[in-house]
Amino acid sequence: MPGRFVRIGELDRPPVEIEIDGIRCAAKAGDTLLVAVLTHAAKLRESEFGDGSRAGFCLMGACQDCWMWTAAGERIRACTSFVSAGMSVLTNPPSEALWPIPE
Amino acid sequence: MASGGQSAPAAADVIVVGGGLMGASAAFFLRQRGRSVILLERGLVGQQASGVNFGNVRRQGRYLFQLPLANRAREIWGRLPELLGEDCEFNPAGHMRVFFKPELAAAGEAYARDALAYGLELELISGNALRARYPYLGPEVLLASLGPNDGHANPRLVAPAFGRAAARDGVRVEENTEVLAIEKVGTDFHVETRDRGAFRAPNLLVTAGAWSGALAARFGEPVPLVARGPQMGVTEPVPYRIGPSLGVSTPVEKETVYLRQVTRGNIVFGGGTRGEVDLEAIRAYVNPANTLNQMPELQRLVPGVGALRLIRTWSGIESYLPDDLPIIGASGKAPGLFYAFGFCGAGFQLGPGVGDVMAELIDTGATVTPIEPFDIRRFAATGAAA
Amino acid sequence: MADPRIIIIGAGPAGVRAAQTLVAAGLRPTVIDESPASGGQIYRRQPAMFRRSYETLYGFEARRAKALHDAFEALADRIDYRPDTLAWNIYGGALHAVRDGVTAELAYDALILATGATDRLLPIKGWTLPGCYSLGAAQIAVKAQACAIGGKVIFLGTGPLLYLVAYQYAKAGVEVAAVLDTSPTSRQVLALRHMASRPDVLAKGLYYRAQLTVRRIPVHGGVTPLEIEGGDGVTAVRFRDGGGVERRIACDAVGMGFHLRSETQLADLAHCEFVFDEALQQWAPEADPDGRTSIAGVYVAGDGARVLGADAAEISGRLAALAALGDLGLPAAADQMAGLRRQQQAMETFRRGLAEAFPWPGQLARDVGDDVLVCRCEAITAGDLRRACSDKGAPELNRAKAFVRVGMGRCQGRFCGSAAAEILAEARREELPAVGRLRGQAPVKPIPMATQRERA
Repeated sequence: MPGRFVRIGELDRPPVEIEIDGIRCAAKAGDTLLVAVLTHAAKLRESEFGDGSRAGFCLMGACQDCWMWTAAGERIRACTSFVSAGMSVLTNPPSEALWPIPE
Repeated sequence: MASGGQSAPAAADVIVVGGGLMGASAAFFLRQRGRSVILLERGLVGQQASGVNFGNVRRQGRYLFQLPLANRAREIWGRLPELLGEDCEFNPAGHMRVFFKPELAAAGEAYARDALAYGLELELISGNALRARYPYLGPEVLLASLGPNDGHANPRLVAPAFGRAAARDGVRVEENTEVLAIEKVGTDFHVETRDRGAFRAPNLLVTAGAWSGALAARFGEPVPLVARGPQMGVTEPVPYRIGPSLGVSTPVEKETVYLRQVTRGNIVFGGGTRGEVDLEAIRAYVNPANTLNQMPELQRLVPGVGALRLIRTWSGIESYLPDDLPIIGASGKAPGLFYAFGFCGAGFQLGPGVGDVMAELIDTGATVTPIEPFDIRRFAATGAAA
Repeated sequence: MADPRIIIIGAGPAGVRAAQTLVAAGLRPTVIDESPASGGQIYRRQPAMFRRSYETLYGFEARRAKALHDAFEALADRIDYRPDTLAWNIYGGALHAVRDGVTAELAYDALILATGATDRLLPIKGWTLPGCYSLGAAQIAVKAQACAIGGKVIFLGTGPLLYLVAYQYAKAGVEVAAVLDTSPTSRQVLALRHMASRPDVLAKGLYYRAQLTVRRIPVHGGVTPLEIEGGDGVTAVRFRDGGGVERRIACDAVGMGFHLRSETQLADLAHCEFVFDEALQQWAPEADPDGRTSIAGVYVAGDGARVLGADAAEISGRLAALAALGDLGLPAAADQMAGLRRQQQAMETFRRGLAEAFPWPGQLARDVGDDVLVCRCEAITAGDLRRACSDKGAPELNRAKAFVRVGMGRCQGRFCGSAAAEILAEARREELPAVGRLRGQAPVKPIPMATQRERA
């Protein structure tokens, strides 16, 4: 998948398998979720107000631009969360079955 | 603009003291009736209770004798674009009360029967129909009572919209104008302000919210008005999927939470215990303990809310009377003096109706809408609270 | 009598030195920090399994970074350290802090807010496109994640950070397509006399600059950014150069920033008075040279008080801690404080030089087109904001926010506030201070709607 971020070092780290929109991807241990997604995809989410895709902005937990939905219907801030095996996130808004209907 | 004591007071038919929703709408409707009006507001129009409340536009749940007033208001809500040139985000997506216990559900059913006589049609939904139509409601909900023609609006927009429309029509709206003193001189009320000089009119309408008590006392009609802060919060915006405004109907204060999703996606909520306010400093803050108490209660109502992020809380200054009813109507002491304040956290929906009624009352001497239960004289015996 | 309870918010340079000072005085402060490790932003750490050296990460600041990290580590069992914890509210003399969805209420006798800063931004058409990041973000990507924000990057804005980050990218082997500075080169030359008060810092700045020249990276001064172009993501930056010529340079990422702005929301919730800083054209908590705010027992230190940089932050962290000790009636070395104040004063002079060399280009915000998004969170345009003034008469920012939602989003105005103030002031034909500032509201950052209280 064409990503946006470019790794410039620390390439030799154990892989961590995550899912982006249901597709399995190999991130690296120590990646933030934001880096894991943006090394495989070009966006994190869609703006709620129709102005297009977003891919984060400040990378320090201040701008709140990088909030994503998980496949389990939870919210996660990508730049301040580290990847863990099995993490599954969506880059598009959740279906009604995911929110607000309880599991 | 008159300033200082030398020039003659500016005159009008009616002076309205307090530019919240009650005052702004009354000023608007008085002007529609051809009266000259001066509206005096200490800060900006709609900044206090009118601007910080939950935004419910609902008739359901009100005391039955308040329904005629609420019905009159509802009719005006539907005509805001025509009257004001904007809809203030009024969304008639319905208002729903839910009941967790059989005895409360029974009370809800009884209310629905009684409300019919007042022209309020409510739909009672339970069982499979409830789960099918509103699958996001929590499992404890036994019964939902839906007012399909009620809804919600953006409180930050409504009073200012009335104020602007009133000004366009010729009402003199004076913001940042603090009233210092009011005297009855002959047939007129003389109002002295801090920086705008003096005003006079044969009719004075007090719509100063939590600060009205001092004015009423000044005219020999003290009332046991108590100021409290609504504990409000709002979530991040999420896909718009909850139409009606929702509330839990229960006598337990902590459980009385409500929420509504705006079309942009945020979920506004409130309820539970009210907070402290500072009347002097005109400040009120949310007690974080109240927010933390609201969270699990909101999740009982809509479990999906638990997945979201809270992004902001706010409070404001509302005022309450011990019998949970507002004061609306003529003064019992001074001819030409009128009141509309103390709405006990339930004034927003009534606002346009109250303004229309007060305009009618001041203009013609009477109103077709029954407002006797809200008469200030009911406190004549007991007077002000300690 | 029990020891006074002192809480420090922030484990960056200011917070670390404050903690160290309090521990040296025999106290056990609580240190709350949002990050998993100490260092703040400038000395942000890489994850534990990364292997790059301090020199690679921090360049000239390697020794200072190591000293700071080690100093904090040495405090480990003598402080109540709460990482990954967000201080979200101050109410009734207590601080509310949440970690992993569990919140605690902490009373305090003194509170030191060492909350740091974020980039200061103004909107440029296209700045919400994927691929456009703050300067700080561009730096964090490299420092903390060994990533570049793109393969061909343009750096845009003003301030010394612009050149530092561009240099860091170039050194890491990333193609830097251009550095676009809104400040005219002539201003930077003129301001050299102020910056000479800190020759070592000045020398570093000149070094980074020279390195860009050596690597043949185009540097433009006096730039007027016109648009960040792209469809799904950034593809180019269009601008007018210092000579008025319109240019376009292709890229796939932009790092932008115009100096920094202090994180002051907690000071706001603590009811501290704010004052308008004319030189920086922004509001800051009113504070004396030691960091005392208008509220007894509440102190501000580091970039969270006034943006002076990491070295000054260490000094002000010590000062605030000493001030707190003194105000609590505990011994605090007066001559030590005098020495620290002198050092801080020298840094003030340098800061004024920076503000002169790299002025906040308020006019660019004022001139931004009606169709440009000002509020990223709520997608509110400059035109929407101007209409709040013309159609609805909003006299100040909070009223404008109530009417058109600027600053109502998740970030609570951090990234739109500066520009929104400029635009509103211009629309009202008033000076900046007249339109006020967005009032902080709790929670200062989003917290879960399923937050639980800590079990006692």
